[in-house]
Amino acid sequence: MNKVQSNKAWFLVLPMLLLVAFSAIIPLMTVVNYSVQDVFDPNTRFFTGTEWFVAMLNDPALQGALLRQFAFSFTILAIQIPLGIGIALLMPKQGWRASLVLILVTLPLLIPWNVVGSIWQIFTRGDIGLMGWGLRELGYGYNITRNPLDAWATIILMDVWHWTPLIALLCYSGLRSIPEAYYQAARIDRASRWAVFRYIQLPKLTNVLVIGVLLRFMHSFMIYAEPFVLTGGGPGSSTTFLSQSLAIMAIAQFDVGPSAAFSLIYFLIILLVCWVFYTAIMNLQKDKS
Amino acid sequence: MSLKLDSIDHVVNGNAHIEGIDLELAPGSFNVLLGRTLAGKTTLMRLMAGLDRPTRGRILMNGEDVTGVSVRRRNVSMVYQQFINYPTLTVFDNIASPLRLARVAKAEITRRVHEVAEMLHIDHLLSRYPQELSGGQQQRTAMGRALVKEADLILFDEPLVNLDYKLREEFRQELRELFKARNCIAVYATTEPNEALALGGKTAVLHEGRLLQYGRTEDVYHRPRDLLTAEMFSEPPINVVPGLVSGREVTFDRSMHFPLNEDLGSLAPGQYHFGVRPSHIGLTPQADDDLELEVRVELAEISGSETFLHVGNELFSLVLHLAGVHEFRVDQPLKVYLPTHRVYAFDRDGAVVHIPSHLGGK
Repeated sequence: MNKVQSNKAWFLVLPMLLLVAFSAIIPLMTVVNYSVQDVFDPNTRFFTGTEWFVAMLNDPALQGALLRQFAFSFTILAIQIPLGIGIALLMPKQGWRASLVLILVTLPLLIPWNVVGSIWQIFTRGDIGLMGWGLRELGYGYNITRNPLDAWATIILMDVWHWTPLIALLCYSGLRSIPEAYYQAARIDRASRWAVFRYIQLPKLTNVLVIGVLLRFMHSFMIYAEPFVLTGGGPGSSTTFLSQSLAIMAIAQFDVGPSAAFSLIYFLIILLVCWVFYTAIMNLQKDKS
Repeated sequence: MSLKLDSIDHVVNGNAHIEGIDLELAPGSFNVLLGRTLAGKTTLMRLMAGLDRPTRGRILMNGEDVTGVSVRRRNVSMVYQQFINYPTLTVFDNIASPLRLARVAKAEITRRVHEVAEMLHIDHLLSRYPQELSGGQQQRTAMGRALVKEADLILFDEPLVNLDYKLREEFRQELRELFKARNCIAVYATTEPNEALALGGKTAVLHEGRLLQYGRTEDVYHRPRDLLTAEMFSEPPINVVPGLVSGREVTFDRSMHFPLNEDLGSLAPGQYHFGVRPSHIGLTPQADDDLELEVRVELAEISGSETFLHVGNELFSLVLHLAGVHEFRVDQPLKVYLPTHRVYAFDRDGAVVHIPSHLGGK
């Protein structure tokens, strides 16, 4: 057979390359550009090399925000994943009840971030908010503007309320894809409820759970609008997460160089965590088979 | 153990899926449930297993009423059309799973799993996972799970449908061998008459939720109770030609006459449906009293090393089942020979009134 050598196929990839260049590479490169310079005004700039990166990594305020960010992301994952699986298992399988529950469960997902923040801000107010007022009436001095623990608990509760439905929805679709015959076979084998979950349902859920964990990790690591509206990062800086620190630096203080360096570090952390998690899970599955 | 279904009805959302089925399965018997899709085979199996509860009627095991007893309390196992195994367990653990749930001792589990695996020729695959196996091997694993339990009742719901032709033949033979030495009731559902014949044992023919006939497979095949049973238990379906008996003569479709032979002689005058199996009609005369028919070729299908020939004239169509691969032109004129001594006769309600004398007669 005659093999025709031709590189024309590259032209077919070109439109996609252009699109990616404008949507991702070029904006990212401008950030890289800022991160290695000290910019005074449009005409005055100095090359600083890695100076900003070193400064950012040693900034105690940012280190604190990073720690809080990890604490937040892991806490909500630890709650949302099991809770989401549990809800999916309890959801009705068919009929009008299934549709109704599906709508009710997904409702929080449809609400925009800052609206969620506003809802909870009002909900937790001591004077007119149901939760804030209720807790005070019960004798607990609930105050998210003064007590860091209250602020944390409320933010976590808010995120769980907003995003657990996503996990539940993913798991629900995963569970629906298991043929009825598996459950029948398990009943005939006299398998317990736990055995059915452990050996039939959980293995089938692994793939959707990997996607769920990745999505939720990235999402929560970038959280901005909700805590910004709810607590404004307070009391003090106890609920100031990474993106809010970045926004203050870049927009309020207009420190373009440091915030560009910080953005890149931020981006690399997310990339790294997702990559480590994904490879770990995939290797785990490979070892098994 | 014996299993008895006592006038079972099963109604789902106002639709009767099973209607008035009486069936008694003897200990150690191999039973085939034959019927087209939606005949109620799977529903009947689910009722036998105790996965569903019949709307009316009773189910007796060894004479004891088990109608409402959950499947968890019964000693049954089931093999499905899909290959159902635990995906995260090895073949060994899959086969061992029912024993582990029954808290059998470890050494005993190992012994029995190996025994079953050897019987099913998967003993070299015990450390593999189901997704690394071929379809046939996966189904063998599922069968291993069903067999290792030594259940009183084993149900096979079209287990070979998703396997290729060669594997199915192999499986059928082994299956019969496997059950010879066992004292459990085996029930095997299939849509294919030929599979029922190959498996032997006993056959129950189901149609639209009703039991048409139950008995030894050869008996049901050779001595169908009515036209519907004969049609269900024949692949390709039995040829049916309406005819009139008057005096000493049969008239097919007002045009073709032939004298009643000594075999058919007992038929009273009147309208009948005459049935001839496709494999009995030939291209050459087999006996002197064969009826010669002039027809044209409508279609020739080749299946494996056999040919299904569809022929007809203005009055009727017939299907011939010929051994070997033959070539025919469409519209080619042809003479076919219908052996009158192998003809079944059914009355206008479909009940059988004549069975060829070499099959016992009637």
